[in-house]
Amino acid sequence: MAKRNNIWANIDWITILLFMLLVFMGWLNIYAAAYNEEFQSIFDTSQRYGKQLIWIGAAFVFAFTILIIDTNFYVFFSYILYGILIFLLILVLFVGKEINGARSWFTIGSFGFQPSEFMKFATALVLARYMSTFGFKIHKLKSLGIIAAIIFTPVIFILLQNDTGSALVYFAFVLVLYREGLSGIVLFVGSLIAILFVLALVISPLTLYTVLTGVTLLVFLIFSTKLVQFGRVFAAYLISTTLFFVLNLFVEKEYSFADILVAGSILGSVVILLISLQKRLRNYSIISLVFLGSIMFTLSVDYGFENFLESHHQARINELLGIESDLLGAGYNVNQSKIAIGSGGIWGKGYLKGTQTKFDFVPEQSTDFIFCTVGEEWGFAGTSVVIALFLFLLMRLIWLAERQRSGFSRIYGYSVAVILFFHFMVNIGMTIGLMPVIGIPLPFFSYGGSSLWSFTILLFIFIRLDASRFDQF
Amino acid sequence: MKVSSKRRFVVLAVFGVIGLIFIISLFRLQVLDPTYKQYATNNVLREVTQYPARGLVFDRNGKLLVYNKTAYDLLITPREVTKFDTTLFCNLLDISIEDLDVGIKKATKYSPYKPSILIKQISPERFAVLKEQLYKFQGFRTQSRTLREYSTTAAAHALGYVGEVSNRDIKKDKYYKSGDYIGVSGIEKTYEKQLRGVKGVKKNLVDVHNRLQGSYRDGKEDIPAQIGKNITSTLDLDLQLYAEQLFQNKKGSVVAIEPATGEVLAIVSAPTYDPGLLVGRVRGKNYSKLLADTLKPLFNRSLQAKYPPGSTFKPMNVLIGLQEHAINTNSRFTCSGKDSRPIRCTHNHVTPTNVVQAIRESCNAFLWNTFRAIINNSKTSAEGFNAWHDYVASFGVGQNISSDFSNGLKGDLPTEADYNKIYGKGHWNALTVRSLAIGQGELGVTPLQMANYGAILANRGYYFKPHIIKEIENDTISQSFKIKHEVQIDKKYFEPVIEGMSQTVHNTNLVYTSKIPKIEMCGKTGTVENNHGSDHSVFVAFAPRENPEIAIFVYVENGVWGSRYAAPMASLMVERYLTDSISTRRKYIEKRMIDANLLNPIQPK
Ligand SMILES: [Zn+2]
Repeated sequence: MAKRNNIWANIDWITILLFMLLVFMGWLNIYAAAYNEEFQSIFDTSQRYGKQLIWIGAAFVFAFTILIIDTNFYVFFSYILYGILIFLLILVLFVGKEINGARSWFTIGSFGFQPSEFMKFATALVLARYMSTFGFKIHKLKSLGIIAAIIFTPVIFILLQNDTGSALVYFAFVLVLYREGLSGIVLFVGSLIAILFVLALVISPLTLYTVLTGVTLLVFLIFSTKLVQFGRVFAAYLISTTLFFVLNLFVEKEYSFADILVAGSILGSVVILLISLQKRLRNYSIISLVFLGSIMFTLSVDYGFENFLESHHQARINELLGIESDLLGAGYNVNQSKIAIGSGGIWGKGYLKGTQTKFDFVPEQSTDFIFCTVGEEWGFAGTSVVIALFLFLLMRLIWLAERQRSGFSRIYGYSVAVILFFHFMVNIGMTIGLMPVIGIPLPFFSYGGSSLWSFTILLFIFIRLDASRFDQF
Repeated sequence: MKVSSKRRFVVLAVFGVIGLIFIISLFRLQVLDPTYKQYATNNVLREVTQYPARGLVFDRNGKLLVYNKTAYDLLITPREVTKFDTTLFCNLLDISIEDLDVGIKKATKYSPYKPSILIKQISPERFAVLKEQLYKFQGFRTQSRTLREYSTTAAAHALGYVGEVSNRDIKKDKYYKSGDYIGVSGIEKTYEKQLRGVKGVKKNLVDVHNRLQGSYRDGKEDIPAQIGKNITSTLDLDLQLYAEQLFQNKKGSVVAIEPATGEVLAIVSAPTYDPGLLVGRVRGKNYSKLLADTLKPLFNRSLQAKYPPGSTFKPMNVLIGLQEHAINTNSRFTCSGKDSRPIRCTHNHVTPTNVVQAIRESCNAFLWNTFRAIINNSKTSAEGFNAWHDYVASFGVGQNISSDFSNGLKGDLPTEADYNKIYGKGHWNALTVRSLAIGQGELGVTPLQMANYGAILANRGYYFKPHIIKEIENDTISQSFKIKHEVQIDKKYFEPVIEGMSQTVHNTNLVYTSKIPKIEMCGKTGTVENNHGSDHSVFVAFAPRENPEIAIFVYVENGVWGSRYAAPMASLMVERYLTDSISTRRKYIEKRMIDANLLNPIQPK
């Protein structure tokens, strides 16, 4: 029992080791990215790698402090911390400094502080606190409302700062909710929406609707017990499409084949839906409804994209999806980043030997695009090691979360994992052109005090909670 | 909770799938995909500025005056430089190790990552050798530039020169980047926008060894340079060259104008210099040398020297007198020669004189009487003076008439206020300012203004602003060149004055040196007092008398008398311009003029 009270014996050293490895590798790469012949001393604090060293030192101090604070502190102070940070988010709108178009920084002298970074762990704490209260039921409307309020309040203020990247991170919490019992339909519908959204922008309407119709027919086929039944469905679509095709011949304005297909699909689906509702064919109703919804959604995406998104977001999404190649604008970063990573080959060019990842070619080299340096100088070997380390850390965190006795610790643990995961996914995805250029840092790697400290605090609160898992009620 | 805890696998699966997608993408990107490896040896998107060729300049007959030659700049990107053979490098470029050291330091200070010019304007010959060896030097590349080349040494001041932009130029106009060229003076400056064209950009992919990997996106994003517009000047190269030949070893200025249009046919400021000296790497050195020259070859006398016009001013005063009815065509004034008061007359002649005779004999007594009558024509001297002032101003004196010349001066025309300041209001009269009567005193007129005055006399009362550009390719010239400026003198008053000017050439000693066979030239000599050496020789003229084709003003510093150098030189230029040659019996005059060396400020009387 004595062992139970000794937090140092119960600490998960593997996680701490992974943390240290990532921080150390991050610093090595910041040094390479900012490497400058004139300032060769690694301790030169006028250079980024020198500053990062100071921040790493401070991060260790934070980590140690967190470990010696009693766990109850985090439980009881969660709401207060959340409140303070919401206040800072509002305050920064008025007195903050604008950097890269986002007003999200407090600056005191040369020191910058970004409250949205710290908001993440406060939100995680409050979410854990609320969802672990006795008698909590996730599917109650009131519960969902409060959860939405907890998550979306910071999102609104961060969006007001014009920092879309940081705001998107909060959508990662949906995975936490899923783990805590949120219906899988939400996840399914969410994924469907995300996939359709991308497809609607990427591929031509004709291809999209052809594929959509094809997939739907396939699903109908799978769920059909008799071939005759499927034949009727098929006939319904064929007839309604043909109908519109013939109608088109008599109107003056010529509609494209995609338009005709859409109209035919909608009419066909409505007919099938009505018939199957009448005949109580549940599967058919659902399939036709989903198909109808998908078509409506993709139609509105096109409209919404043109009318509601700001042009620089449009450009970034367009670039990501390969629609418009503005290689000197939004596409420039990604193109240069891909060249840098691609040129690394299997084994990389060697430490400090990178030529692409110097200031001029890849911008924001030591912050958002730090992964380029890994790719160029350490090659595929380096990038796969980094990805493996992150995956190992994330899996370790899930494993740790699942061994918690208290709901609070588990929920918090999941939150840590999904936040880190979201950053990992978006940041690396961005550097290799799989994600839009959304400026969010790679945890523990990217240059910057605010992000390093916030990830350290986020992680170490969980390590602390885990260390005293035996004490918990 | 049982269901929920199974969901961990879904979450882990999401992590795993993303991780797998990343690993696969990276494997494709880094290991399989050769495109990035092709760029890979280090592709760099390199924007190369495309410098357009500057527009050419022609003379009025289509003879080429200014064109371009190619030179090369060597650029350095300090970060990309690796160890290299400095001795070979310096030998190839003919520079010292110290220069190289300083140059590299300067470039590094500017930016270690961006290319900057290390050595400018390498000749094509040297470049040919360098090109073969350039692969040995990483971090260096070249770009071609065009430099000015001149077909003759003529018209250096008028054509002007091109130099590197100053920080002020860059601030004023975003078009210019450090190292760009800009017209600094003359036509090059005034017509900079038309001549320079528009720079373009070519985007290249270059590997780490500076080898061109081809153009970026097949050149779809390249912006081609727009070549500069060609310009036809109003200058007559033949006349210009001839005028410069006549002015060798002399100081002074010539401006010749076509009266009917205001087109400047020739404009000389002597001593002149070879415009080719201010081109390329030698420019700085030569510029300092020219600047230090005591004869001030860089000083553009035609536009910036303010000379007192002397006796050449007399026809204007007589015209004003006639217009003001201060005198009339029958007025006669007695001249006592050297005993004339308050202004002495320089030599003996018939007396009393009328208008024609007075101009022919350049009689100071007549002019004094005329001037006094003009000033005293109003209630007060000041009012009379103001009337005179306005007439003179309408001749362009004291006004900026230099339309497309980059740095013409207004000259000096005294005002009532000036004299009030000097003498006190009401304390001066015609006697006080009497030197104005004979073109001396506070008057300062540029040769361009004097030639324009010649054109006014030729046109009997109007002028077009003198200008030096006739045509711009695919563009129009300023409409202001077509505006007719009238002076406030009736046309009828010009005839007696012009008769006097004709007699000056044909009925005085000038007939031996300055009469042109078969062409009636009308002119007026002047001798401008000079306290620092021999007097200056001045002559204003136009020819032929009817339908004049050329108006000319000649100013020869230390030429002693107007009749000694300025008038014969003007007659030679007019003859050359109108007949394309010099008549045989005037060849000896031509030789005498060309051979005369007047650089010593003291000349025998
Ligand atoms: Zn006299």
